[in-house]
Amino acid sequence: MKVRCPDCEGEIKVPDDAIAGEIVSCPDCGQEFEVYFEGEELKLKQAETVKEDWGE
Amino acid sequence: MVRVVVTYDRIRVEEKALQKAGENLGADVRLIDVKDSFIDITKGEVNPEVLKGDVIIQRCVGHFRSLYLTAIIDSVGIPVINSFYTTLICGDKLLTTLTLRRAGVPTPKTLVAFTRDGALKALEEVGYPAILKPVVGSWGRLVSLIKDVETAKVVLEHRELLHPLYQIFYVQEFIKKPDRDIRCFVVGEEAIAAIYRYAAPGEWRSNTALGGRAVKMEISDEVREVSIKAAKAVGAHVVGVDCLESERGLLVHELNSVTEFRNAAPATGVDIAKKIMEYAINLAKK
Repeated sequence: MKVRCPDCEGEIKVPDDAIAGEIVSCPDCGQEFEVYFEGEELKLKQAETVKEDWGE
Repeated sequence: MVRVVVTYDRIRVEEKALQKAGENLGADVRLIDVKDSFIDITKGEVNPEVLKGDVIIQRCVGHFRSLYLTAIIDSVGIPVINSFYTTLICGDKLLTTLTLRRAGVPTPKTLVAFTRDGALKALEEVGYPAILKPVVGSWGRLVSLIKDVETAKVVLEHRELLHPLYQIFYVQEFIKKPDRDIRCFVVGEEAIAAIYRYAAPGEWRSNTALGGRAVKMEISDEVREVSIKAAKAVGAHVVGVDCLESERGLLVHELNSVTEFRNAAPATGVDIAKKIMEYAINLAKK
């Protein structure tokens, strides 16, 4: 499905089976967003930026 | 039905794969976002309710979140992959090296200093070029290849402006090796898959997070033996063991207790998520 980028209004393709917590990024501005749901409606919020203790 | 809780702060390919694998094995898999609520640590049982499971697979990408979360889970006796102790050791390169040496696992020569001057002496001792790594951190972040004393002084000066943790100077010999390293995945006491990670062009670090390329490796006896020994040394249930092929044989330089496997699974054809879930379900039944 297609969702408007909250930052640059670009078009983000979100997988139909996307689940809460999943990360998508905007092809236009490169920002990363986290998927969440309000009721049935899929929404995007700013994803946490990489922290210095992140990683495997 | 075994209830497997997977705690996360970010859903990655790995977490989705674990969920699917668990469901295919008939487990009740719950993905829990630790960012959503708080935990009462005085109640003597894991609270909130959602964290309760027969076994927990701890998948936070943030090391300190993982460390304290596993401490909390350990304290109420729910089996967790991996434990607080494993997370503590694997999350700190210095503690990892100490633990590996005690277990007789070969590691690169490593010196530790606590000041700029001490670090310069250590670098002199190990010889240039040398590697300087922060004790906590991954994806190759701040891992520096230091070619000469002038560069060392610049890097050390920068480190002194950072958090005191960055003044634990972990100095390591630069291993002349093929432009790759090896990651071997150990689940329980079994080395289930291994890959070569080739550094991206223009990059000397071979982390796949830095564009390194994963290629299947037939697990040699040496890699199997050293990886299982390393996993056992830190009490790991599931761990990614990073090895270097040096002139004096295989050296283990890092362990990862929340290992990524998005590149390794397709490269090796091993369903790593399934192996982890099978292990978790068995652990819950013990």
